[in-house]
Amino acid sequence: MVRALILRSAGINCNDETEKAFQLAGAETEQVHINEIISGAKKLDDYQILAIPGGFSYGDDLGGGKILGNELSNRLKEQLHKFVADKKLVIGICNGFQVLVKTGILPWEGEQTVTLAQNNSKKFECRWVRLTKMKDCAFTKGIDGMYLPVAHGEGKLVTKDKDVLEKLQKQVVFKYCDEKGNETSEYPDNPNGSVENIAGICNETGTVMGMMPHPERHLSFMNSANWTRNGKKIGDGLKIFQNAVEYAEKNLVGK
Amino acid sequence: MWAVEVFAKKESKDENLVRSIHEDLGIDVKNAYSSNVYYFYDDCTEQQKKDVAEKVLTDPVIQDHAFIPRKKEAWIVEVAYKPNVTDPIEQSIIKAVNDIGVEMSSASAAVRYFFPAEMDENEIRKICTEMLANEQVQEYRIGKGGLKAEGKRLKKSTSEGEVKEIELLGADDDELLRISREGILSLNLAEMKQIRDYFEKEKRNPTDAELETIAQTWSEHCKHKTFTGDVLLVNNGKEERIKNLLKSTIMAATNDVGRKRKWLVSVFKDNAGIIKFDENYHLAFKVETHNHPSALDPYGGSATGIGGVIRDVLGAGLGAKPVFNTDVFCFAMPDYNEKLPKHILHPKRTFKGVVAGVRDYGNRMGIPTINGSIHFHERYLGSPLVFCGTGGIMKKGDEEKKPKKGDLVVTMGGKTGRDGIHGVTFASVALEESSPTTAVQIGNPIEEKRMLDALLQALDKRLYTAITDCGGGGFSSAIGEMGKELGVEVWLDKAPLKYMGLKPWEIWVSESQERMIVSVPEKNIEELKKICGKEGTEMSIIGRFTGDKKLVIKYKEKLVVDLEMPFLHGGLPKEERKAVWESSRNKEPDVNEKESYDEDLKKILSNPTVASKEWVVRQYDHEVQGCSIMKPLLGANNDGPGDASIIKPFESEKAVAVSNGMNIRYGLVDSYWMAASAIDEALRNLVAVGGNIEHTALLDNFCWGNTDQPEKLGSLVMAARACRDIGTKYSLPFISGKDSLHNEIMIEGKGINIPDTLLISAISVMDPKNAVSMDIKEDGSVVFIVGKTYDELGASQFYNLFGEIGLNVPKVRPKEGLENMEKLSRAISKGLVRSCHDCSEGGVAVALAEMCFAGGIGMSVCLDNVPFEGERRDYKVLFSESNSRFIVEVAKGKEGEFTKIMGNSAAIMGKTGGKAISVESKGKTIISSDIKELKEAWQRPLKW
Repeated sequence: MVRALILRSAGINCNDETEKAFQLAGAETEQVHINEIISGAKKLDDYQILAIPGGFSYGDDLGGGKILGNELSNRLKEQLHKFVADKKLVIGICNGFQVLVKTGILPWEGEQTVTLAQNNSKKFECRWVRLTKMKDCAFTKGIDGMYLPVAHGEGKLVTKDKDVLEKLQKQVVFKYCDEKGNETSEYPDNPNGSVENIAGICNETGTVMGMMPHPERHLSFMNSANWTRNGKKIGDGLKIFQNAVEYAEKNLVGK
Repeated sequence: MWAVEVFAKKESKDENLVRSIHEDLGIDVKNAYSSNVYYFYDDCTEQQKKDVAEKVLTDPVIQDHAFIPRKKEAWIVEVAYKPNVTDPIEQSIIKAVNDIGVEMSSASAAVRYFFPAEMDENEIRKICTEMLANEQVQEYRIGKGGLKAEGKRLKKSTSEGEVKEIELLGADDDELLRISREGILSLNLAEMKQIRDYFEKEKRNPTDAELETIAQTWSEHCKHKTFTGDVLLVNNGKEERIKNLLKSTIMAATNDVGRKRKWLVSVFKDNAGIIKFDENYHLAFKVETHNHPSALDPYGGSATGIGGVIRDVLGAGLGAKPVFNTDVFCFAMPDYNEKLPKHILHPKRTFKGVVAGVRDYGNRMGIPTINGSIHFHERYLGSPLVFCGTGGIMKKGDEEKKPKKGDLVVTMGGKTGRDGIHGVTFASVALEESSPTTAVQIGNPIEEKRMLDALLQALDKRLYTAITDCGGGGFSSAIGEMGKELGVEVWLDKAPLKYMGLKPWEIWVSESQERMIVSVPEKNIEELKKICGKEGTEMSIIGRFTGDKKLVIKYKEKLVVDLEMPFLHGGLPKEERKAVWESSRNKEPDVNEKESYDEDLKKILSNPTVASKEWVVRQYDHEVQGCSIMKPLLGANNDGPGDASIIKPFESEKAVAVSNGMNIRYGLVDSYWMAASAIDEALRNLVAVGGNIEHTALLDNFCWGNTDQPEKLGSLVMAARACRDIGTKYSLPFISGKDSLHNEIMIEGKGINIPDTLLISAISVMDPKNAVSMDIKEDGSVVFIVGKTYDELGASQFYNLFGEIGLNVPKVRPKEGLENMEKLSRAISKGLVRSCHDCSEGGVAVALAEMCFAGGIGMSVCLDNVPFEGERRDYKVLFSESNSRFIVEVAKGKEGEFTKIMGNSAAIMGKTGGKAISVESKGKTIISSDIKELKEAWQRPLKW
């Protein structure tokens, strides 16, 4: 059975719904505190999926995801590197995305080349956005677009320079779009001013993905902001987790 | 000491800051931007400094750093928290630095702002004092061209372990009052005498800690002396005696209704009210106020308000997991433009600070903020009200708690500092210019989150027998209350402190945030330690429940407190207080009828109380936990005003709807009908979203002026009676409540009371399939009005347009109201309702407008069929604020079925369609407005 580790640390707060998402998708789940991995009581190697949920890890006191990212790259460097090198699945949502970018796991392992800066509105905002899929990775089979909430103050994707942006093109998974599905830079459809309207990216192998919007908050159709208007009966976000579990089952379990 | 400044690679103008300075202070600034400065006090090698700056503090993609704060051709302002304020970022910096292998024990942070050098120094100072730094908790330094690194100067105190004796034996009345006043004890003469007499019997003087303990325990904040006291009421000249105000009003309603409502689990005895949710779970709900601290420091005060109420729910029964937050605020008008009295913050600044505090704390805790409202009146100037609520879910069986003899007293979470000393006794007096600032502190939500995570695991394993939060009064109230039956011995030297030098009594009454007390059987201590170690939260054993019915406190070998529990909890002298109530003699104003009411409607939509609160709501995470099924903002563009929000926790197939009711304007005429209307509003908000009337519970929060004044106590009594009457007749039990009765501010020696303010919060357990939103769904639907309209424009938004109050405030007619709502609920459960919105401020006209612009669809309606009682006028039908009314959209073809259920409780007004609202009366069009224009009028005022 696919085993998913839902990472916890001080200030991570979307762990329960992220665990629920993987459970609904059929994975065996465990919420593990980072201190348990550092102490050696738990090993990343025992899982096929690592999820870094949203929240405000350590209060984001030095910038979104900075302190947890720093902790991961200093205290769990080898384990994490092996996990990624083994092409096991990593998903970072919202704060988890910030963490992956600041550890330098996304978009390419190594030095940090991309960041998630303060929203153009200069404030935390919670609102529903539309996404259009740009590229397939382990998490996105069968998804064209999604309707999901964002809730962040630092979600504007910025690259170090033009070369990085150029190279990143092949790894852009989701972009913000309008009601018709067309990519847009208009606020609030693009809620934060992200460069080229990027909402989510993956690594070169498509096994590590980070995104600002929250698929785990739209598991039931009733979670949608407009279910009383459109009569839709499926929660958009669930597919991401189902894809991950399916991929892990096929490619990772027992290997 | 060494410092690092971190700044943006491209330092560009901070447009938001520039705009705020222009809008709020009237100063035009050409350029403004900011940077962060970090101070370190441990010696490090140059390489270590470089690592700290590069790896920990700087984002290499967008930031640069400098070791010596930069010189700039600009005004430089540095803002930092005062040395005695604990800034949570310090802990975070140390953690991150340790993670890269650099050992460090202290750090601090500051923000630097840069403004053009040609600006006038007075302008810079104005920006500092009126926007950037709140001098209650922060300090600022300015310089032109450069500013030296200074860091934080920690004051050392040497009074550790000091216990003083207070000369109480033989003290006369003047002396007793002096001791109370100078110690900020807020004890009156009768109480001081009682204490003196107790110690005369003990043949000794009390210690400072003993006197503090009694003052905390007997404070209005903890004992609710007014509400649990007796009252002599002179009601329109007739004398009536009331025994125990609370028991004879609000609790009487609950007792009466409780015979019918079998789902009540724990009411009026715990930190929160508890009701049954489904077969396996209960719900706990509590709303608290944090008014005085928010007046002094809006950001810290509101943040610690939400932090406190979260702990209330975490400490209800054996603990509930928080699943939603609510917030309701009252401010003076945000466009206030007269001279501000000394030491009073501008209402807009208070407003912004309060919102930021709730946002930062609630969002970091990962609890969705799903319901609230904001109200405005000039008499909230300097006395803002901040109501914070939390709901939680608990397993059935976790509702009871009881410490056992021999259990250890364990403090969990944050450390104890000098924060908030005298917060409780201070909350029981009027705010003055010299109000103590130690009553203010800033919250640390991550500390609280760690504690919450650890406690929920300990609860799962049943490691403790009782729990309560350290709120007002700190250890003194929490441990004193928990040990009331058994007796307890406390070892204060074992409590973890933020810094050295606290006196024992200071540790005992400190209101440092993020602490809870649990009673733990000795055999479970190791397991609890393991959990706390993993979560990184602190726990310390600081005492034991003894069974000798005494409160004994020691500091090392020194005896600090030795009091009999029966005296401490039962010794408070009872008083009968005088109240006066006179019915209003207001008159109804003369109003001329008009041809068109478009302008009046737009003006009402633009009143800040009615206007869109999207600017606020967007800043709260209302989706975290993934259980939201009805949002606070709704409709085609997710920006319409929902009546109530609904969440469906993963644990259950049922859902819970959350609403509130409040209208302070009615209280300007009659507090009885104000309270009655608040209950009706809270209930109809729930009914509108598909809530279940028979599974609805209420909370009350009374915020009044100085109830030592008989008129204020009189209006309080009348409001409490309305709660009893309407609660009983609607069969709605109150499950918990709170009062804050000294919201008076002294300005130049004159006392100014806030308007009588009652918040009713409500929760309803419902079937999620019944959920209905308020936005019009489609063209061609039939529009109904439910309920009868009366000539009730007293204190309405319509009269407010002419600066009038009037007399005819809306009444509640329980039989009629309940019938309307029960029928509507039935129609909703049959799936006949496409959208539904209640009529409140601004009446029918505002309800119609809100439904249309939320749905992006117009309507054509006619007033002629609207059931009305009294002398009929168009403006009355449009704007009367009569209770128990709704506007309902029914799909075309379903109107027959709907009418069959509703009978004469509903009437057809017209149909939906187009992009405008058109209202006709007797063949004439009296409103014809584009819904876009109406929406713009509604959105503009609070779009900052």
